[in-house]
Amino acid sequence: MSISLPALSAQLLVGLINGSFYALLSLGLAVIFGMLNIINFAHGALYMMGAFCAYFLLNIWGIGYWWALLIAPIIVGIFGMILERTMLKWLAGLDHLYGLLLTFGLALIIEGIFQNYFGSSGLPYAIPDQLRGGTNLGFMYLPIYRGWVVVFSLIVCFATWYLIERTRLGAYLRAATENPTLVRAFGVNVPRMITLTYGLGVGLAALAGVLSAPINQVRPLMGENIIIVVFAVVVIGGMGSIMGSIITGFALGVIEGLTKYFYPEASNTVVFVLMVLVLLVKPTGLTGRAA
Amino acid sequence: MADAGMAGTAAAPSASNAAVLSVQNLEAWYGESHILHGINFDVSPGEVVTLLGRNGAGKTTTLKSVMGIIGKRAGSIRFDGKEIIRASSDRIARMGVAFCPEERGIFASLDVRENLLLPPAVRNGGLSMDQIFELFPNLKERLSSQGTKLSGGEQQMLAIGRILRTGARFLMLDEPTEGLAPVIIQQIGQTIARLKKEGFTILLVEQNFHFAATVADRFYIVEHGKIIDGFANSELQANMEKLHTYLGV
Repeated sequence: MSISLPALSAQLLVGLINGSFYALLSLGLAVIFGMLNIINFAHGALYMMGAFCAYFLLNIWGIGYWWALLIAPIIVGIFGMILERTMLKWLAGLDHLYGLLLTFGLALIIEGIFQNYFGSSGLPYAIPDQLRGGTNLGFMYLPIYRGWVVVFSLIVCFATWYLIERTRLGAYLRAATENPTLVRAFGVNVPRMITLTYGLGVGLAALAGVLSAPINQVRPLMGENIIIVVFAVVVIGGMGSIMGSIITGFALGVIEGLTKYFYPEASNTVVFVLMVLVLLVKPTGLTGRAA
Repeated sequence: MADAGMAGTAAAPSASNAAVLSVQNLEAWYGESHILHGINFDVSPGEVVTLLGRNGAGKTTTLKSVMGIIGKRAGSIRFDGKEIIRASSDRIARMGVAFCPEERGIFASLDVRENLLLPPAVRNGGLSMDQIFELFPNLKERLSSQGTKLSGGEQQMLAIGRILRTGARFLMLDEPTEGLAPVIIQQIGQTIARLKKEGFTILLVEQNFHFAATVADRFYIVEHGKIIDGFANSELQANMEKLHTYLGV
């Protein structure tokens, strides 16, 4: 089989783009699961809300992409915090299944409402002027917006990792994951911290939605398909592992891209095959620790 | 003040108005289980007071109730004159109560430095890191180790050291000597004596009566979720026989 470098590079780029979304979304899921023990099935719907938020900002208030990158995660993050305060907090201490069922139901409701008003087809969202066009790298043509998504996602992922693993606030979060009662007995307002952490995870999903809008259009069900892959990413990386989610997100995007080039028939299933293999060999995930 | 009618109350300071901590008719429940059945005691400023009792008597539950980490409580707990029975544990901590749990509560995901720095300062006057290292030199050498990789004794030092940083002047230590070698127990005892000298008020839960006798000003005996007796350290010898009966030693 002869290898076409431009075609291979193009698939690798697609893989990196998908990997960026997987990493951002799985990072949010990992933060929420690690700190709150909630399997947040509403994550795909919140990702979709981020994209719609950018769409509304542009079409109703004329606020463009750059401000949307900041405003949409804040708005959807606040929505997430309201969900946590009004519903999810009552599930603290219960089996994971309850959280999963509640968030799954929320996802159906949120997606159903958007589908009712906007149908199933995509709404266009233009690439900002500054990121239009592309550049010829010699072996491939690189659309600037796609390169931006990869670089920006990497920056956000590592900033989040730094926040959680290297700062005082992150130490509170990690400690509260292990023993929230004791952290609270040290004077930290743990319930407020949990709400803010859920908001952060949801904000990351919304940010991925905004980044995705110019590439994938804005669709009510845009989170439905990706969320299944993202859950596989989180399981492979290790539930709750921050760095595991980032590395696995990008790596699986690339693997998926390579599979599209070498054996396209398996490109939709390769992530799940890998998940099964990892679960068989290391049930806690590649970087997860045994409970 | 302990229960009316208990032996030895006369020896216990009864200046409840000046008490740092005043617990009255404290009841507590774990789910449906009624654990504390009306606990009464005071702790005055600068005192080391020890709750003694057998396993399951309610000593740890008493500390946890004061700290606000038992869900269902009734009665009265006054700290520095303020009622805290309905306060959340984070608020109680910010009022100046520090708690060192029986299981030490060292966080595996944090290194020793992060564990030490974890509790936020609740007021000025907390020990500096250098002062903590002066008390517990071992910790300085293990700063970058994972908290749970320390020996039991070092973990206990870490657990006590980190609450001294906060500036809280009222410490609750739950069985700080449990499972430790005699030489470490001696070091913990010296630390408690030094803290008392520096004006800290300490409420201690102990099963190791011989250790408690070296540091405490007063003792309360807890049995079946009640204070059944109490006496000052000066009355210890006179109460030895009773104490052996209470503790089954």
